[in-house]
Amino acid sequence: MFGKLSLEAIPTDPIVLTTIVAIVLGGGALTAAITYFKKWGYLWTEWITSVDHKKLGIMYFIVALVMLLRGFADAIMMRSQLAMASAGAEGFLPPSHYDQIFTAHGVIMIFFVAMPMVIGLMNLVVPLQIGARDVAFPFLNNLSFWLFAAGVVLVNVSLFVGEFAKTGWLAYAPLSGLDYSPGVGVDYWIWALQISGIGTTMTGINFFVTILKMRTKGMTMFRMPIFTWTSLCANVLIIASFPILTATIALLTLDRYLGMNFFTTDLGGNMMMYVNLIWAWGHPEVYILILPAFGVFSEVIATFAKKRLFGYNTMVWATVAITILSFVVWLHHFFTMGAGADVNAFFGIMTMIIAIPTGVKIFNWLFTMYRGRLEFTSPVLWTLGFIITFTLGGMTGVMLSVPAANFVLHNSLFVIAHFHNVIIGGVVFGMLAGLTYWFPKAFGFTLNEKWGKRSFWCWFIGFYVAFTPLYVLAFFGAVRRMQSYSNPEWQPLMIVAWVGALIIAAGIACTLIQFYVSIRDRKQNQDVTGDPWDGRTLEWATSSPAPFYNFAHLPEVHGVDGFWEAKKANGGVPPISEPPYQDIHMPKNTWEGPIIALFATIFGFALVWHIWWLAIVGGIGMFATFMARIFNDDVDYYVPAAEVERIEREHRQRLKQKGDLAHSTRLETQS
Amino acid sequence: MIRKKYLRVLSPLVLVSLALLLTGCDSALMDPKGQVGEEQRTLILTAFGLMQIVVIPVIVMTIAFAWRYRRSNKNATYSPDWHHSNKVEAVVWFVPCVIIAFLAVLTWYTSHSLDPHKPLDVEEGGQEPMVIEAVSLDWKWLFIYPEQGIATVNEIAFPEDTPVRFRVTSGSVMNSFFIPRLGSQIYAMAGMDNDVHLIADEQGVYPGRSTNYSGAGFSDMTFDAHVGSQQDFEAWVSEVRESSESLTFPEEYYDLAAPSEDAEIQYFSEVSPSLYESIIKSFQAGGDHEARVSEFADSYAEGFGHGSAHSDDESAESHGKPMSAEAAE
Amino acid sequence: MATDTLSNQGHAHGHDHDHHDDHHDTAGTKIFGFWVYLMSDLVIFGSLFATYAVLLRGTAGGPTPGEIFDLPLILISTFLLLISSFTYGMAVLAMNAGRVVQVQKWLIITFLLGAGFIGLELYEFQHLIHEGFGPDRSGFLSAFFTLVGTHGLHVTFGLIWILVMLIQLKKQGLTEVTRPRIMCLSLFWHFLDIVWICVFSFVYLMGVL
Repeated sequence: MFGKLSLEAIPTDPIVLTTIVAIVLGGGALTAAITYFKKWGYLWTEWITSVDHKKLGIMYFIVALVMLLRGFADAIMMRSQLAMASAGAEGFLPPSHYDQIFTAHGVIMIFFVAMPMVIGLMNLVVPLQIGARDVAFPFLNNLSFWLFAAGVVLVNVSLFVGEFAKTGWLAYAPLSGLDYSPGVGVDYWIWALQISGIGTTMTGINFFVTILKMRTKGMTMFRMPIFTWTSLCANVLIIASFPILTATIALLTLDRYLGMNFFTTDLGGNMMMYVNLIWAWGHPEVYILILPAFGVFSEVIATFAKKRLFGYNTMVWATVAITILSFVVWLHHFFTMGAGADVNAFFGIMTMIIAIPTGVKIFNWLFTMYRGRLEFTSPVLWTLGFIITFTLGGMTGVMLSVPAANFVLHNSLFVIAHFHNVIIGGVVFGMLAGLTYWFPKAFGFTLNEKWGKRSFWCWFIGFYVAFTPLYVLAFFGAVRRMQSYSNPEWQPLMIVAWVGALIIAAGIACTLIQFYVSIRDRKQNQDVTGDPWDGRTLEWATSSPAPFYNFAHLPEVHGVDGFWEAKKANGGVPPISEPPYQDIHMPKNTWEGPIIALFATIFGFALVWHIWWLAIVGGIGMFATFMARIFNDDVDYYVPAAEVERIEREHRQRLKQKGDLAHSTRLETQS
Repeated sequence: MIRKKYLRVLSPLVLVSLALLLTGCDSALMDPKGQVGEEQRTLILTAFGLMQIVVIPVIVMTIAFAWRYRRSNKNATYSPDWHHSNKVEAVVWFVPCVIIAFLAVLTWYTSHSLDPHKPLDVEEGGQEPMVIEAVSLDWKWLFIYPEQGIATVNEIAFPEDTPVRFRVTSGSVMNSFFIPRLGSQIYAMAGMDNDVHLIADEQGVYPGRSTNYSGAGFSDMTFDAHVGSQQDFEAWVSEVRESSESLTFPEEYYDLAAPSEDAEIQYFSEVSPSLYESIIKSFQAGGDHEARVSEFADSYAEGFGHGSAHSDDESAESHGKPMSAEAAE
Repeated sequence: MATDTLSNQGHAHGHDHDHHDDHHDTAGTKIFGFWVYLMSDLVIFGSLFATYAVLLRGTAGGPTPGEIFDLPLILISTFLLLISSFTYGMAVLAMNAGRVVQVQKWLIITFLLGAGFIGLELYEFQHLIHEGFGPDRSGFLSAFFTLVGTHGLHVTFGLIWILVMLIQLKKQGLTEVTRPRIMCLSLFWHFLDIVWICVFSFVYLMGVL
């Protein structure tokens, strides 16, 4: 009846048990509160079924921040364990638990923190930047989000029911095969990633089409903001690489569920193929994360230096070059597999060639600051911190890309330090900069700067304290994924790294306090104009928060930095949309997206536990709901011109009341 | 004010990292004990040094530009529309290109000279490399000396200044064979015959381990490499030969291959001929790996969703040898 | 650009249904989006082809390609699929001419041909499994069943889609909803044909030769 599921599947480990109790109580309280305040209807109509790209962007970010807390809790546990488990000491986490934690940490941070932050930011910003009212396929956008959420649910359920994979975040075969991992952990990994990965592929297609097909009048490709360009390239990478992940996971699934022999050690299987396939996806994946972050820094630095981005064309071509090159470097993740010298040398050289366009980008940001008027807001601090940190990370990356050097650095803590160097210094800094920068566009008020800067300094210092020791430990022979080590000389540096993790924890706390303080003071920090930073691109041409239709009149652009040009032509103030208005064609909310994802969650869970009848229920549910969508022709409507006029009039009144003052002070500072 | 903040942060960081680098001088990778490791140290330092040509200017420029062109500094030039310069573009493309071109040549050269499969160029006389066969098992290393007809678990010895060819395979999942003080590591993969050539120039005991995560007992999958004189090595071989244990394939080998954590050092005075090849073949057509590994199923099942869990000892006992021989049919 | 440019976007529209100034979900965007999806699907097939090539020799003592392929049978199913592509083309021509009944007729013929193809494939699979050459026998057979089966699964989805289109054509005829869908399905069907030609030459022909 319940497949492999039984009461024994509930972990009895005190750490896990406490977490379960806390989450059950917290979740219960939240549910009770929503019920008490009668907010279920509001949640359903305004958020869950919404096809508004801005709301989906916000939801991606909320989930990402919650998962950041879980992934970071894993990080703290790992660092604590390694600070303790020296010279025969076992620490507080046995291998069976520790191995799940480092796997979960990697999976969560990449798939359920970094990816949703990047995709969330794309959702929030890209349609606004290209002057569109929505994405190309709004229903698909909603479905993508909920499939991603289904993956999140499965990963979190694994904490309470059963176990998570003990294989490392990429679940290398044959360790992840049925012979060596008979438990349900790898199955949770499979279904969480498969379901959310399909959502990601759909997002990639959606935004690729949106950017190519839905740009406003005058926005040629070479007038697109850099963030849109980098998003476009990231989506190309998603479209071309995520199907490889889907196929690879599917093959592993067939091995585990139907006894096939793709990656088994015997019967003709080939585990080297798994490693090749997973990295053929995995390497483009890191560029899917970093390219949009590059885009954020480009926007931030130009806006706050009050200067046009240096070398726009170079920036675009460098991004395109990185996009293409990212597909011919995957083998550098396993030089030590023993391929011939020619093969290793080819992939090593291809890898270091990527450093050239990346280096050029860094110089372009530097020369954007040059002869600018840089304001040290927190997004700028994140950007400066990024340039320094990422340069160092790039350097260690080039060191790893030399095969002969890689033979001694591979699998060591050097690799760990390197990719945290580029992912924290690049993606995390970029996403937090983007969050601060575009927060007013989403919510209508700016974030508190004081706590933002504190968060930056904690992250910046904490990063170096936590990861410099790991670079050093690698030279002493310390490897990744050890649960304990015998050499007592490593312990002092492990403790330093632990302190670094605590400093980063303080940085996360600062961000949470920043949210609290900013929401409390939202009246003072209100962004009335819709253009709090004196921005350069179209997202600042509409009010904050942006109305659900984005633009009352679709804007027209006449150059790079279209909005900036428009302001200049208008005497330094933004042009304001005036009547008459037209009816606006908009997509309707969809109940099918969340329901399909609900059935997908059931489907995944049932397959993890081999509850076949429930899997059939989930599968039929998905199919039936999808059919309901196909036969539903009532998917769009027109916003009456009068409604648009009412919303725009309110915005103009707010502008009149408070905006006059803001504008006059800004004009003063400009002159 | 901002600059002070930067200095406050950066100066201790620089000090700390310098101190770390200095203490790092006697680290395994910076103080190698063999020709391969020495060349790799030089390579790492060269690559590191070359990249400082870009890294240091970038960091200096970041801080200098940010400070010089801060909003409050009205003395600095402000050209809001300056966004293109052929000269700057030429330099920022040219310098990284030159550095990478140099590194690429270095990469091509060292990928071949330090190719792990390539026998070492040893100066004195064309000495044939000694062969040691390493098999990664869950979670221990089995070493076979085909010339001496002995085998050990989690300990090796070889004479100094003698090139050693390690043939590396796995009897289980993927691992990686690595002795940090000597240089290059190489993956151990089931059914595949990989190899790495290493040499030790100095006597000593060098820790080695698997660097590729392979499951529950991975952390303790370590061994020591004892490098001594030729006499020391011969003494060690005779000590191993005194052991009463033997390692025959398949029976005794599969007893050893049963998963165990933190395994003790073991010596085997007698070994099945071509044991290493038999292990590789067990994964190929007609091999009986599938039947054998199913015997260990319970030991891997330490989590949930697979019936009851057994400890390692129980599983080894509950599946006797005769049964497994039948299962192989 | 100034206020007037921002506002002069709203061209006068005579009729409510001409409100396509924001080019939202137009047929062109849909078909382009579907193209992009097909390209991503092609990457899945590419991965499976690569896997097949790698595992071709992983027969583990089991049968080799030449021993199990029944080329005449495969030729028949290949022709079924090729003809179905032609008949689908006829359906599109009929759609362009605005003849609903013709479209339905050609779609039904396409469906029958596709169903015949799937039937033959199921027969082939059932036969192999019956012989003891199931997908769990060797790496080669795993790759074979998965590559051919994935294509078959796609064709099955195509068949379901044809059924859906038949129902929708009956209910609403040729509209701006059904027309792009028939075009997308056309792309899908021809795409599967092309993939099959690759499967046929790469798997079956090269296996037998």
